[in-house]
Amino acid sequence: MYVYNWGDYIDESILKDFEEEYGIRVVYDTYATNEDMYVKIKSGGSTYDVIFPSDYMLTRMREEGMLEKLDLEKIPNSKYIDPRFLGADYDPNNEYSLPYMWGTLGILYNTNLVDDPVDSWDILWNPKYAKQILMLDSQRDSIGVALLKLGYSINTLNPDELVAAGEILKEQKPLVLAYVVDEGKDKMVSGEAALAVVWSGDAAYAIEENPDLAYTFPRTGTNLWFDVVAIPKGAKNIDAAHKFIDFLNRPDIAFRNVDHIGYATPHLAAKDQLPKEITDDPDFYPTDEDLVNAEVFVNLGATLKEYDRIWTEVKAH
Amino acid sequence: MKKATFLPYLIWMIMFIVIPLILVLFYAFTVSTPEGYKLSLDNFKRFFEPVYLKVILRSLGLALVSTLICLVLGYPVAMIMAGNTFSRRDVLMLLFVVPMWMNFLLRTYAWLAILERNGILNIALSWLKLPSVNILYTNAAVVLGMVYNFLPFMVLPIYSVLRKIDKGVIEAAHDLGANPVGVFTKVILPLSVPGIVSGVTMVFMPALTTFIISRLLGGGQFTLIGNLIEQQFLVVGDWGFGSAISVIMIVFILLSMGIMSFFEDADKEKTLW
Repeated sequence: MYVYNWGDYIDESILKDFEEEYGIRVVYDTYATNEDMYVKIKSGGSTYDVIFPSDYMLTRMREEGMLEKLDLEKIPNSKYIDPRFLGADYDPNNEYSLPYMWGTLGILYNTNLVDDPVDSWDILWNPKYAKQILMLDSQRDSIGVALLKLGYSINTLNPDELVAAGEILKEQKPLVLAYVVDEGKDKMVSGEAALAVVWSGDAAYAIEENPDLAYTFPRTGTNLWFDVVAIPKGAKNIDAAHKFIDFLNRPDIAFRNVDHIGYATPHLAAKDQLPKEITDDPDFYPTDEDLVNAEVFVNLGATLKEYDRIWTEVKAH
Repeated sequence: MKKATFLPYLIWMIMFIVIPLILVLFYAFTVSTPEGYKLSLDNFKRFFEPVYLKVILRSLGLALVSTLICLVLGYPVAMIMAGNTFSRRDVLMLLFVVPMWMNFLLRTYAWLAILERNGILNIALSWLKLPSVNILYTNAAVVLGMVYNFLPFMVLPIYSVLRKIDKGVIEAAHDLGANPVGVFTKVILPLSVPGIVSGVTMVFMPALTTFIISRLLGGGQFTLIGNLIEQQFLVVGDWGFGSAISVIMIVFILLSMGIMSFFEDADKEKTLW
């Protein structure tokens, strides 16, 4: 059975346990971005049995007919998943996916370097922190932050709102130290910058490495994201794939996994076994109330080109 | 016999060079409409918007500066290595080649640790009681990364040409009364032009198309043409525009090769290429 996952996104000893228990050999590969994974599956050169796309990518793959339907009867352990996270817009009936991990987009900051309250996106435009701000080198996330600052939706299709977001990103550029993706958390750990836009899972890792760091997300609006587990069309071992997804959702395994990778789990039984100080922290396990203004990315279709043009303008500015 | 041995290469080239090239041209010159693909120049028109012109000018500028620095730094080294009196040639050669055995990405990452605010360079400077410098995430860091990574491609071709110059010619120049400057400008330099041409080509092209150096050392603040193409294919999924930029790149490279081969012909010498 072939599993295709993000780098560092599973406790690999779980793969071995699965092999021993079911007698199914697991071949495990990793990718760095949704887009890398999409291109590889789309080109058809490889046949994976289990993949882990994010919400908007799941929608795109679902719309393009690239996914097999899940048979939930073969995944009895799916009953442990918090109903709060089922039936989301990206897959309304959970026909194609089950949530794997979830989180928010927020601000990781160094408490020694930042003395203002971090409660809104505006702090990323504060000249006091010039050349100490790390933004994400990812068009949807960075334009999303600008849209949120302006009070617009992160899924806007309105060209005027996008232009306005582009303008404030250009204004912000002199304050930005760098646009990064994976290096960002390491830069924060080594104290190279004061503020960084990160995903909550990366923040958990960085705080573990450097206790001076803290994470929060503005309650005025953020991106709520899900990484899900799905089976791509063309999978050769659909039965084994279901067994594997069920295995991932077995309470003891789900707990071991989330304990290892440190992201927020949608699995209730696993969450109950985690230390209270983690699961009670509203920045990492926000309640529905914290997420009133949070939005999930939707697939933009052709408007994505407009995002790209704005982002290129910002980068070339 | 000759034809038969060539056949596998021909098949290889058709499969991996000609067909992909046709695909690139196809995507570049068409737009997809609900009725199917239509011949169009829209993808190219889009490229001439000011924002994309800015990107290509910046790419050309950085690539030219890097190539020039490589030439100025690399030529003397190649000369020293080629000199008859230099006995440590093998050691020096090894020093140039060994870093290339390491992964290119890893070497570029290493510069991050050297240049960052609390990095090795600034620690060393503060020991010497000198003011610290912040060059990471600037144009200078990108040029440094390119020069560091591509310098061997300049030195080695120049070196191999200099080595082959008949020492008798140089002695004759001396005997006929030329001073060292004259020997260099009138004999050595013209004879080494093919090496310079290969070196410049081998540095300029990767420098023009790199996207990882500008992303890591430039902090993603300077979109270069390589980043632009990558973005079209992986993020936006606009294969038409991505292909059009690629075609424009091919034109640029053909042009620069044309200019280079002009020098080469003038010299009637064979280069490495």
